[in-house]
Amino acid sequence: MALTDLTIHELQTLLKNRETSSRELTRAFLTHIADTDPHIGAYITTCEAAALKNADAADARLTEGNADALTGIPLALKDIFITEGVRTTCASQILSNFVPPYDGTAVSKLKAQGAVLLGKLNMDEFAMGSSNENSAFGSVKNPWNRDCVPGGSSGGSAACVASRQAVATLGTDTGGSIRQPASHCGVVGLKPTYGRVSRYGVIAYASSLDQVGPLTRDVEDCAIMLGAVAGYDPADSTSINLPVPDYQASLKQGVKGLRIGLPKEYFIKGLDADIQQAIDSAIATLRDLGAETVEVSLPHTEYAVACYYLIATAEASSNLARYDGIRFGQRVDQGRGLIDMYMQSRAAGFGPEVKRRIMLGTYALSSGYYDAYYLKAQKVRTLIRQDFLDAFNQVDVILTPVAPTPAFRIAEKTADPLQMYLSDIFTIPVNLAGTCGMSVPCGFSRDGLPIGMQLIGRPFGEETILKAAYAHEQATDWHRRSAPR
Amino acid sequence: MTSRYEVVIGLEVHVQLTTATKIFCGCATSFGSQPNSQTCPVCLGLPGALPVLNRKVVEYGIKTGLATNCSIAPRSIFARKNYFYPDLPKGYQISQFELPICEHGRLDIEIDGKTKSIGITRIHMEEDAGKLLHDSNDSSRVDLNRACTPLLEVVSEPDMRSSDEAIAYLKKLHQIVVYLGVCDGNLEEGSFRCDANVSIRPWGQKEFGTRAELKNINSFRFIKQAIEYEIERQADILNEGGTVIQETRLFDTASGTSRSMRGKEQAHDYRYFPDPDLVPLIVSEDWIEQMRRELPELPETKIARFVNELGITRYDAEVLASDRAMAEYYDSLVALNGNAKLCANWVMGELQRALNDTGVAIVDCPVSSPMLAALLKRIDDNTLSNKIAKTVFDAMWQSGKEADVIIEEQGLKQVTDTSAIEAAIDEVMAANPDQVVEYRGGKDKLMGFFVGQVMRATKGKANPQALNELLKKKLAGE
Repeated sequence: MALTDLTIHELQTLLKNRETSSRELTRAFLTHIADTDPHIGAYITTCEAAALKNADAADARLTEGNADALTGIPLALKDIFITEGVRTTCASQILSNFVPPYDGTAVSKLKAQGAVLLGKLNMDEFAMGSSNENSAFGSVKNPWNRDCVPGGSSGGSAACVASRQAVATLGTDTGGSIRQPASHCGVVGLKPTYGRVSRYGVIAYASSLDQVGPLTRDVEDCAIMLGAVAGYDPADSTSINLPVPDYQASLKQGVKGLRIGLPKEYFIKGLDADIQQAIDSAIATLRDLGAETVEVSLPHTEYAVACYYLIATAEASSNLARYDGIRFGQRVDQGRGLIDMYMQSRAAGFGPEVKRRIMLGTYALSSGYYDAYYLKAQKVRTLIRQDFLDAFNQVDVILTPVAPTPAFRIAEKTADPLQMYLSDIFTIPVNLAGTCGMSVPCGFSRDGLPIGMQLIGRPFGEETILKAAYAHEQATDWHRRSAPR
Repeated sequence: MTSRYEVVIGLEVHVQLTTATKIFCGCATSFGSQPNSQTCPVCLGLPGALPVLNRKVVEYGIKTGLATNCSIAPRSIFARKNYFYPDLPKGYQISQFELPICEHGRLDIEIDGKTKSIGITRIHMEEDAGKLLHDSNDSSRVDLNRACTPLLEVVSEPDMRSSDEAIAYLKKLHQIVVYLGVCDGNLEEGSFRCDANVSIRPWGQKEFGTRAELKNINSFRFIKQAIEYEIERQADILNEGGTVIQETRLFDTASGTSRSMRGKEQAHDYRYFPDPDLVPLIVSEDWIEQMRRELPELPETKIARFVNELGITRYDAEVLASDRAMAEYYDSLVALNGNAKLCANWVMGELQRALNDTGVAIVDCPVSSPMLAALLKRIDDNTLSNKIAKTVFDAMWQSGKEADVIIEEQGLKQVTDTSAIEAAIDEVMAANPDQVVEYRGGKDKLMGFFVGQVMRATKGKANPQALNELLKKKLAGE
């Protein structure tokens, strides 16, 4: 087995026992990236020199015996994370030359642990998309079938882990952007409860929905990564001051007596047959392990996509106003005055999906439409959240498909934005409710594409979904399969 | 003729707060530093940066609300006001919209000897924008030192009916925020800026006329001018049968006129919505009470106390209370001296004159209140005449020395020894026999002449009371 095939928890032992070094590991990944990424397109930027330097520093710490969980582990970040001195594009032309002067909180935490940052990963521009086709830096190929999309918006983060181009990655999830690509690429992806991980230094798409989370080879790695980035941050007013549990320690508690809810609104006619079969088999496995399943109802599910595309776009229209060509990023100035400079810079800098969402959001907030759209959507959001809280009075975990279909073919849905938006129909409600959810590999389609199930937990119930995911993972071997090299 | 119309004025005042750091980040707020030297990712609006509310700003907001009789909202919300401008780094200003921190207040103003209540609609917290510096060569530079500086916007009801009422309201509000220590009150540096909404209507008409908004005027004098110009302008339009249009106008201080900046059609749709980066602000009853306890004695209370407890005139009390530092100086002086009237005369007279002449602030005054109290004691005990005391005061101001030291050094002790005064009178009478004859012939006015002559002979040290009595007797030939 190659070094690049190992998980964080496996590598921790090798590094600690000095059976390998972070430098050797980092070199192995850099070589693998050079060989593999031309076919995948996961990276926008790689940081060879800095990575090797960090690896040496990590090796020094390992030798001294004061290593943290991630010391020496090669990781990569969605290019939405602000990184000091490393170009941060958000996969947008408008930030193609932007080198930030600071690190965000999650990045600082990884650096403080001595993690090695290999580079910055492709994504849908400003995290707007479900296929990674909305990138100014080219689309990403699904490692399981390069004619297919990896999902999005954290497509690069998922494809990177699936193609072993980093041990683990960080992504962000606003309406499914970690879970849907994780499902499509056969990796584990977790969106924590809103407020669990600091958003400071993460480029905002929709501030009330965005959340940072890991994409990993297996559930244990997911627990390690979440533990590394979670926690209250005084620099993010929306982060919550609750202690961070030891996610790794509680993994092995099993699911005996765990009550799992199956929302009837998610198991609808027309759900892809392969998905249905994979989910059924996961349910059976969990039952065999001692979990109980009951049907629950999340009655406002049908309004979630509409609600999301009002709130997210409204916030985005404001969040993206700062990309005006004045202080950073790309400026197009033809000397025809300020307004023209704004228009030309933004017209040239943003891709079509970003423009579409800015226009949608601007409209939703406009005088005369605010009450009918934005305010109404906020009320619906409250109802959706209440649906989940009510369901969690009956059950501990909710289990659903992650996406209605396995990964679709590149360009299959680009002509039809609404069809594309429905890719996130099962993941969006979790963001609106502000709770946690994760995607766990649970099977493959007849075409050999990975399928994930979604485990949704109570607010700050990450331990419970990780525990259920771990039990399922131990009883199956889906996560052991590797995408073709 | 403007008198055909009733004037309606509402004011929006931006009060820049004196917190050491900005409203949503830790950068310094000080004025006049190198451009962009007081910035960070948050106030530069860099991608990924997030605002964190400065607690001090909330405290200043609560205090200002309490001092203007507002109710303080237990829950208030920050909102984004969206518009594009190069001095606005995020493309939106964080402000408050639907749920501001203070509402339903009022300020009482004195106008023509009567008290009038001016309603305060709301007070909200917000961040300031940066500044544009326009170069001569047709380019502009952006200085974001001021970006994210905390402001309170105090919005009045349209309750004012003349420029004088508007100015009285502004001065009152200015006095309060300076008293509270939440604002330095510096109009020229823009710490206290005013937008005025002005309209007129025929007397008796219920509906308001169409208003014009006058933007960003930074002196009381210019505000008065701008309002009066606007009243004339609107009256001229109506008198000629025209209609006033709703617009924003800029007052040009050089010409004393205003010009249209933008009309209603060009008014921005700010697309306000709650800022998802900031959680709702919860203000507990305890916090409000703590702020109430920290409030200083406000001018109105102070004036009442000066009049009722110290027995000085209302006019004197108002002058003394107009400035918090002066009032505090006066209070500590009275505590040491006890003669409230004498103290008031000195603070408003000699002290104020010296401060004005030298441009020194009262807190930096070289004659402290204990030093002045020691000087006044020498008047009380007849060591000094009031006149000589003024000379001593000037010497104290110059040298920073104590009164007794100067009296000793310059031999300024008042002469109360009657024989010495009598001798001086005799000399003066002997030297001016004609005047003595005239006086005795009924020309009483010459009394002043003799007093002056004797004072000069005693180098001003004669006790005025003793001198007067003795002189009268001697001139009467007794």
